[in-house]
Amino acid sequence: MVFGRSSRRKAPIEPVTLKILVAGGFGVGKTTLVGAVSEIKPLRTEETLTEAGRPVDDIAGVEGKTTTTVAMDFGRITLREDLVLYLFGTPGQDRFWFLWDELAQGALGAVVLADTRRLEDCFAGVDYFERRGIPFAVAVNCFEGANRFPEESVRAALDLDPEVPLLMGDARSRESVKDILVAVVEHALTRADQVREHAATAGT
Amino acid sequence: MSESLRHGRRSHHWIDADAGPVVRPYAMTRGRTSHAGRHRLDLIALVVPEAAADDPGRDQTLSPEHVEIVERCGSTPQSIAELAAGLDLPVGVVRVLVGDLVDDALVHVTRPVPPAELPDVSILREVINGLRAL
Repeated sequence: MVFGRSSRRKAPIEPVTLKILVAGGFGVGKTTLVGAVSEIKPLRTEETLTEAGRPVDDIAGVEGKTTTTVAMDFGRITLREDLVLYLFGTPGQDRFWFLWDELAQGALGAVVLADTRRLEDCFAGVDYFERRGIPFAVAVNCFEGANRFPEESVRAALDLDPEVPLLMGDARSRESVKDILVAVVEHALTRADQVREHAATAGT
Repeated sequence: MSESLRHGRRSHHWIDADAGPVVRPYAMTRGRTSHAGRHRLDLIALVVPEAAADDPGRDQTLSPEHVEIVERCGSTPQSIAELAAGLDLPVGVVRVLVGDLVDDALVHVTRPVPPAELPDVSILREVINGLRAL
């Protein structure tokens, strides 16, 4: 074995790892957003899923196909030597939602990326995070050529709770994506404080 | 390169990436799709080598993929997701292989913030500060 090459290595630092999910319709710019802030080129990992007993696909002609592959893009931001944030783009297709459950577990929060030309694409994401109680912010990716709508119309169209942050941004811009992520974490912080207060008052 | 070798290579040009991997991914796990008796490793769980991983020739039963996982994590611990992407293997396969390494006490795995637990407010503040400072 070749492990000996790096002998006398000092114990590596074990950072705390956190994740933020990036949801949104197909082609809305999830991978672009991840790439704008990630220190690594967005990586892609594949999960092979057993499709046995999952009669969602028309398998006529490919009856032998019993597994399918879902790709997830992700990036990494080392905030400090001991604090690492991962961003995961959630698989776009609705039928892979059961995969979201794994991704969502332990997630700090989420970004729902929206395109005003196809706003309905992000309904599913908004719904999902609302139901699970995962703090999220909606970021409208302002594509060139897309009409800009006032914030209130987008908020109304998505039926967002007033405390959910809504930002107009550009998934290609590092500064813009930083603002979006800060908004998510600040929202999570506010929520955590509220829960804590609730717990404190309930306890007395 | 000899002429015959070059010819030999050309005659096999039809084996390309589209044909899929020569070794089926789950062959590397000897058919296992999950690892016995362990909680499912999170995508962002970090794999950290143990001191024992420095001991050469400790375990001759390890596959090249096992060895590569230990090596990749040597300087900086890597997450399950990063390993899967780096090795170009399905996440499920990496989980099984890492499980083997844990059993052999060659690596240990960090547990990310447990779900259903309140996020630590001080960590959230640190994340905000860290993002702003990027």
